[in-house]
Amino acid sequence: MHALDIQNVSFSYDGKTNILENLNLTLHEGELICLLGVSGGGKTTLFNVIAGLNRPQTGKVLLGGEDITGQSGKISYMLQKDMLLPFRTVEDNVALPLIIKGMKKKLARQKVGGHFKAFGIDGTQKRYPAELSGGMRQRAALLRTYMFGGSVALLDEPFSALDTLTKSEMHRWYLDVMDEIKLSTIFITHDVDEAILLSDRICLLRGRPGSITDEIVITEPKPRRRDFNLTEEFLQYKKQIISKLQ
Amino acid sequence: MKEKLRSTINKVLPPLAALLLIFLAWYCICAFGSVPKYMLPSPGDVLAAFQKDWQLMLSHARVTLAETFIGLFFGILTGFLMAVIMDKISLVRKMLYPLIVISQTIPTIAIAPLLVIWLGYQMLPKIILIVLVVFFPIAISLLEGFASVDADTVNLMRTMGASDIQIFRYVKLPNSLGQFFSSLKISVSYAVVSAVVSEWIGGTEGLGCYMTRVRKSFSSDKMFAVIILISVLSLLLIWLTHIIQHACMPWDKINQKRRNQ
Ligand SMILES: Nc1ncnc2c1ncn2[C@@H]1O[C@H](COP(=O)(O)OP(=O)(O)O)[C@@H](O)[C@H]1O
Ligand SMILES: [Mg+2]
Repeated sequence: MHALDIQNVSFSYDGKTNILENLNLTLHEGELICLLGVSGGGKTTLFNVIAGLNRPQTGKVLLGGEDITGQSGKISYMLQKDMLLPFRTVEDNVALPLIIKGMKKKLARQKVGGHFKAFGIDGTQKRYPAELSGGMRQRAALLRTYMFGGSVALLDEPFSALDTLTKSEMHRWYLDVMDEIKLSTIFITHDVDEAILLSDRICLLRGRPGSITDEIVITEPKPRRRDFNLTEEFLQYKKQIISKLQ
Repeated sequence: MKEKLRSTINKVLPPLAALLLIFLAWYCICAFGSVPKYMLPSPGDVLAAFQKDWQLMLSHARVTLAETFIGLFFGILTGFLMAVIMDKISLVRKMLYPLIVISQTIPTIAIAPLLVIWLGYQMLPKIILIVLVVFFPIAISLLEGFASVDADTVNLMRTMGASDIQIFRYVKLPNSLGQFFSSLKISVSYAVVSAVVSEWIGGTEGLGCYMTRVRKSFSSDKMFAVIILISVLSLLLIWLTHIIQHACMPWDKINQKRRNQ
C-alpha cells in the first residue's frame, strides 16, 4: 500500500502558465522523502495541492488509495513559516488540531502534554510563542503538525530559518524522533546536505513548469551514524545531486 | 521591580506636576486677579460646590452612567454583528461600508434633537444616540481586524480541517481584539459625552440636565464641579476598559515587551 500517490498533477495559479506539469510522486509507508529544488520552483505549490489548498487543473492526489484531490483537513501540514498563533500559549497552539476535531480543551492539553518532553520543549507549555527561541518554536510547530494525527506529514522547510548550530542539533533530534514515530513524510529543503542526512529518498523538482526529474535513494540504514555526513558515501551522493541540479 | 517603579514614577510625575501648576495658576488668578466669581470660581469654590451637591450629582451620574452602559452594550453588539456580516458577505460590505463612513460626517449633536422629537424625553433617544456614536468605531475596527488576518494562518486552519466558525473563533476574533479595545477606549468617552449632550436637549434626569439647571442659575462653581466629575467618570471608564483588555489579552503584554526589546 502506498501512503500517498500524486498522479499526473498539473497546476497553474492564473490558468495560463503551469507551475507544475504532469507531476508524479509516490510516498511509501513510513518513508521520508525529501523534495529538493531551487526556490520559486513550485515546491510549496505542490504541498498546497497535496494538502487540498490548491486544486490541480488535472491529475489526482490519493491518500492510502482514496482520492482526496482538493480536500483539506486530511494531511498533517507544517507550513513554511512556523505559524504559531501569537495569542495562544504553546500548549494551546499544539492542542489546536485536537480542539478543532472537537476534543475538550482540558483533555487536549493533557494529551499533547505527554509529548512535550520527547519534542524537547518541556516547560514551555504555558509560555507564549514570542517567548521561545527559533528552534523551540519550530519544535512546537512540528509537534502541532504531528498532533493532527494524519497518516502523511508534509513539512515545508522546517529547519531553513535556523542557524547552523541549531540546525544540526535539530537534525539529530529529528532523526531520533522520526525513528520512533515512523511517519510517512515529505519534506522540502533547498539544503543538499540536509536532504542526504535525513531522507530515505530524494526527489528533485526541476524545470519550468516543474516536475520530478530525478530520484536518488539513500541506502544508508537508519538510525544513521553520527558521522554520516563526513563519510565518502555522503560526498558521492552530494556530487551526484549537484551534478543533476546543474 | 525597582526598575519598573522608577519608570512609573518617571511617567506619572511630570504630568502630575503640570496639573499642579495649572491649579496653582487658576488659584492665583482667582485670589489676586479681578475676574468676577460668576465667571471663574476658585478651586475652593468648586470644591465647596461639590461638597454641598455631591449626593444630587451622584444620583444624576447614576442615570448618565446607566445610559452610557446600555448604549455601549448595544453599540458594541450592533457594531460586532455588522462587522461579522460585512466580513462574511462581501456584497454587503461593498454596499454599506461607504455609506457608514459618509454617515460619520453627520454631527451627532445635530441628530440629538431629532431623536427627541421622534422618541420623546425618556432614556430611549439617549441610548440610541450612544449606539449610533459607538457602533461606527467598533464596526470599523473589528472589520479591519478580521480582514488583517494572515492568509497563511487561515490556510493552516483549513489544513487542520477547521470550519469557518472555528477559523473565526480561534483566529479572526483574537486577532482583532487589540484594534477592538483601542477603539473601545475612544468609544467609551464618546459615549459619556453623547449621554450628557442628549440630556441637555431633553429629559429630567442625568448630569446633562443638572448642567442645564446650574447654567440657568449662573452657578458656575457647580458647573465646574460637574464638568470635572464627567471627566473623572470618563477616565474611570477608560481605565476599566484597560483592565478588561488586559484580562482578555494576557499575551499582549508579553508580545509588546518582546517588540520593544
Ligand atoms: N498564491 C500565488 N499566486 C500566484 N503565484 C504564486 C502564488 N504562490 C506562488 N506563486 C508562484 O509560483 C511559483 C512557485 O512558488 P513556490 O511554490 O512558492 O516555490 P518554492 O516553494 O519552490 O520556493 C513562483 O514563481 C511564485 O511566484
Ligand atoms: Mg516554498
